[in-house]
Amino acid sequence: MTSSTVVLALAVFGASAVEMVEALTIVTAAAVTRGWRSAIEGSLAAALVLATLVIAVGVPLARLVPIDILRVVIGALLLVLGLDWLRKAVLRASGHKELHDEEAIYARTVAELSGVAPDSSGAIVPGGAAQAGGQAGPWRHGSRNATGFTVAFKGVFLEGMEVVLIVITLGASSGHLALASCTAAAAAVIVSIVGYLVARQLSEVPENWMKLAVGVMLTSFGVFWVGEGAGVHWPGSDLMILVLVAVFAVAAALLSLAMRRIGPVRQAVALRSGPLP
Amino acid sequence: MTAVVRALGAFGRFWRDFLIGDAPELFVGTLVFVGAAFTLRHHSDLAVVVLPLVVIVFLGGSILRGRAKA
Repeated sequence: MTSSTVVLALAVFGASAVEMVEALTIVTAAAVTRGWRSAIEGSLAAALVLATLVIAVGVPLARLVPIDILRVVIGALLLVLGLDWLRKAVLRASGHKELHDEEAIYARTVAELSGVAPDSSGAIVPGGAAQAGGQAGPWRHGSRNATGFTVAFKGVFLEGMEVVLIVITLGASSGHLALASCTAAAAAVIVSIVGYLVARQLSEVPENWMKLAVGVMLTSFGVFWVGEGAGVHWPGSDLMILVLVAVFAVAAALLSLAMRRIGPVRQAVALRSGPLP
Repeated sequence: MTAVVRALGAFGRFWRDFLIGDAPELFVGTLVFVGAAFTLRHHSDLAVVVLPLVVIVFLGGSILRGRAKA
């Protein structure tokens, strides 16, 4: 396994884990208010559609499109996506953008689905949903609920779309579509198991730092593939990806530092963002 | 027909949000980067230095723009 393959697997795993943490928040909220059965069925249905998309789009792309054109187009897509993740992560790390708050999203989704306001911890008191006109709670495991199914489906599908794009782009351009797919699936399964074991959303996961790391890797692959497709000869071939990862990681750290020094940092956000990378 | 138009509209919106979103300068930066990569394809020694710099400059500019909007 080459170094670029390892970085590819790390990038896909990280991206899939981050997006699945966000999806898990919505799925858990749907399960707690509308029953686990519908939420799990909705999640599995979305995962099936996403897997079908990877096969239907990724395989023909890898086989039919000339590799140099594929690398330029896919590299550009990775660059757009990677730079957007990096930009948001740096702004969040430096206190210029609110952190992605899974607790708040969970509490809001539960409140919307159950029709009752959650307490400060985001928890819903058993029976509260039924009293407020809601249809189901965690105590109705066997029943199906269309709203629970739909909310879980949309949560997994929408969060999974970026993962599908990353799997297709990284997998097709490097010839490792199967590896990328399996890595993304493994991350989704691990996040799901951990989420099930702790029985709620994963608010303690350092999402912003994971997004920053994945943003660095996607940007590095984007720069590398566009260069390769255009005809640039990178010194060290695939090893150049590791150099690019180091360069963009240092650049992101310096930009975070600079933004903290020159900009007004909102205290509440700064306290939660932790030490600089 | 209406369903097809709606689906095409949703497809277009997805790609617009994905490519441009709230940071159109990154899309422009990517186009500039692709242009620079083709321009420098016969000057790999220069490309190795210039191409990552182009990315860092556009990222820094976009972050400053994001700070101004915050």
